[in-house]
Amino acid sequence: MFGWEFPPHISGGLGTACYGLTKGLSTIEDIELIFVVPKAYGDEEQNKLKLIAAGDVSVCGRLKILKELEKSLQYIEVKSKLVPYTDPEDFWHQQSVSGEKSGTPLKIDEKGRIKFTGKYGANLFKEISDYALTANLIARDNEFDIIHAHDWLTYPAGIAAKQVSGKPLVIHVHATDFDRSGGNVNPNVFAIEKKGMEAADKIITVSNLTRNVVIEKYGISPDKVETVYNAVEPVQQKRDLKLKKGVDEKIVTFLGRITMQKGPEYFVEAANKVLQKMDDVRFVMAGNGDLTNKMIRRTAELGISNKFHFTGFLKGDEVFEMLNMSDVYIMPSVSEPFGISPLEAMQSNVPVILSRQSGVAEILTHAKKVDFWDTDAMADAIHGILKYPALSKMFIKHGKKEAERLKWEDSACNVCSIYSSTLIA
Amino acid sequence: MKTICLQFQVHQPLRLRSFRFFDIGNSDYYYDDHANETILKKVAANCYLPANKIILGLIKKYKGKFKVSFSISGVAIDQFRLYSPEVIRSFQELAKTGCVEFLAETYSHSLAVLKNKSEFKKQVETHTNKINSLFGQKPKVFRNTELIYSDEIGATVSKMGFNGILTEGASHILGWKSSGHLYVNAINPRLKVLLRNFQLSDDIAFRFSDKNWKEWPLTAKKYISRIKQISNNNDELVNLFMDYETFGEHQSRATGILQFLQLFLLSVLNNSQFNFLTPSEIVENYQPVSYINVPQPISWADAERDLSAWLGNELQIEAYNKLYGLSKKIENCTDQDLLTDWEYLQVSDHFYYMSTKFFTDGAVHSYFSPYETPYDAFINYMNVLNDFTIRLNKSIMTKQKKRFGEMEIN
Repeated sequence: MFGWEFPPHISGGLGTACYGLTKGLSTIEDIELIFVVPKAYGDEEQNKLKLIAAGDVSVCGRLKILKELEKSLQYIEVKSKLVPYTDPEDFWHQQSVSGEKSGTPLKIDEKGRIKFTGKYGANLFKEISDYALTANLIARDNEFDIIHAHDWLTYPAGIAAKQVSGKPLVIHVHATDFDRSGGNVNPNVFAIEKKGMEAADKIITVSNLTRNVVIEKYGISPDKVETVYNAVEPVQQKRDLKLKKGVDEKIVTFLGRITMQKGPEYFVEAANKVLQKMDDVRFVMAGNGDLTNKMIRRTAELGISNKFHFTGFLKGDEVFEMLNMSDVYIMPSVSEPFGISPLEAMQSNVPVILSRQSGVAEILTHAKKVDFWDTDAMADAIHGILKYPALSKMFIKHGKKEAERLKWEDSACNVCSIYSSTLIA
Repeated sequence: MKTICLQFQVHQPLRLRSFRFFDIGNSDYYYDDHANETILKKVAANCYLPANKIILGLIKKYKGKFKVSFSISGVAIDQFRLYSPEVIRSFQELAKTGCVEFLAETYSHSLAVLKNKSEFKKQVETHTNKINSLFGQKPKVFRNTELIYSDEIGATVSKMGFNGILTEGASHILGWKSSGHLYVNAINPRLKVLLRNFQLSDDIAFRFSDKNWKEWPLTAKKYISRIKQISNNNDELVNLFMDYETFGEHQSRATGILQFLQLFLLSVLNNSQFNFLTPSEIVENYQPVSYINVPQPISWADAERDLSAWLGNELQIEAYNKLYGLSKKIENCTDQDLLTDWEYLQVSDHFYYMSTKFFTDGAVHSYFSPYETPYDAFINYMNVLNDFTIRLNKSIMTKQKKRFGEMEIN
């Protein structure tokens, strides 16, 4: 399995999903798992799988193989600085940072290892390319039956491993550039995604929403694509809560990257509408992103900054503390392939309002669904849940049960049957 | 003979500690005592104490020829008493000489005059009382926060009994006129107005250590010939108003600023073409030449010389409005802790830190700001303000309950 992040060093849903899936797979007797990441920090949980860091693999004595492989990786625009996780302003900052050019010799240390950051920086494309090179070597050094690559960052690595070993490739689409960019895809990323999808023997998508995007926007045959929904880690009861809710008002929470894809502007507008009618409520935007400053300005412009709070990025337990203080959780995403965080909210006894344009809305009944642009409906839903305790109680009770029924073991089972059918074919 | 009017501003903001959303309602201590203490002590050692020593020495040596004036904010005084009481003593020594004038300003170094006149008056009264009790002088000349002035502000200050006011000799209000004369307020001519000569003042305050400046290195001799060169022949005044931190802090000691100060003052004292007077003496003895029209507020800040440094973007305006929106509730508040916090939340620096003028979003702010970005400054301030509001509301409710309780008994 090729991934990019592994807990605890994660910055979003991808790492969480990979972790959940690997945990689920580890409960299945016949599966042995090798998980590859670009960089390991040494504190990852490795008792149920074998973790390999690409940065630990030595390329010594095998440079000739890699030179050949590099030619086939030309389609990855290593020179490109336009990485999907930065905003236009950041891009100009990064222009001054010298990047790697393709064709430069591999930078290796005295043990012959390539340096990886495992992050989403200016040299992302170079890192993806290097990752593919090491994947080739890892594939030679290990025995396996199936290759499973998570998200576009690892598709070239998956392809490289398939070319060397001849084993079937399953790619897992957790998100597409269509979701991230709202239609203005980055051509470099699109090319990598499409190549991955075409080279794969089977494609797993995290929702039907994403499945449709793969079929329609990438031109892939429907027989090749199957949906396996994500799940959520069961929450441990009885945590020692360090953060106490200091305000009397009800709290409505948005937790996620403050970027266009997650619809923060709709949250702000809906909050403004609610504040016209209700006074004893506060809104919290927890997270960070390229639109953070714009949102702060908007709340100042609307004159609601005494009721609208920004906490910055919340780490680890702080997320649960925040959810525990919340009376409503809202995910107004413009296009969300799945969305694990509302499930976490439901586990924490918080009623949830979801965008209909999200994958997780396909499998939930006990959550309020609205179109992401419909700030009136959003405001109405927020108001309703806060004002009518019966509604809130119902969502909490049934929502928690529903979230708890979504287990990674079930997702893993589905993935397993896809493995079997791929191996037979 | 030209009169040099030296005026030094002494102010230190009270920085807030990092106050998160989770602290709202859970913690009522707002200040970064460690930073405030460290910075104050540093500036006292590098600047206030050595500069005061130089000035005291010269006053004593020249027996009454050397005159100088200071404006010390209430917030600075509070911090001196907590962390460096020797600075107060040093100023008291200066006061005893009779050659040093202390001006009035708002206790909180605030922008209150723009929003709430009664709050403004209260702050000035608190300040003048404090100055009187510490230095034995009841201030007669006013210097508003960051030299902010307009015709309206002047009229208000005049009604409060002041004879004179200081402000910036901004080009856009002077036009062809010179800052080297005394003017009067356009609404109430009883209030005399002294205008800062920004070119000569900033030569010392900003350009002193700038190696790219054509006059670098600035010597006392060069500076005096500059004064003669730049001020017009019929100018009577040379108004040099500066931040006192210039001497040892903004311009570090290594630049030789303190030696320059001493030499410059000595040269003037030995030069029959100049003398020193305090603002009050100027107000009493000089004839004003005309009105000065300032319909929109001006200040000494940035190139624009207006209010945009504090109220230039939505964040600042929002914070400012939300702060003064509490004024009515404060009038009924008797809780001393809350009233002290109210004073400290009005310090103009809080809004200054939220300025997005020179720095792109996300870039690191300058030496003046304890925050990394103006947005952090805004969020932190609003979190504190939110907590303050909650406490204020609670205190009012408790008061009301008590009052009703008493009514019932009666």
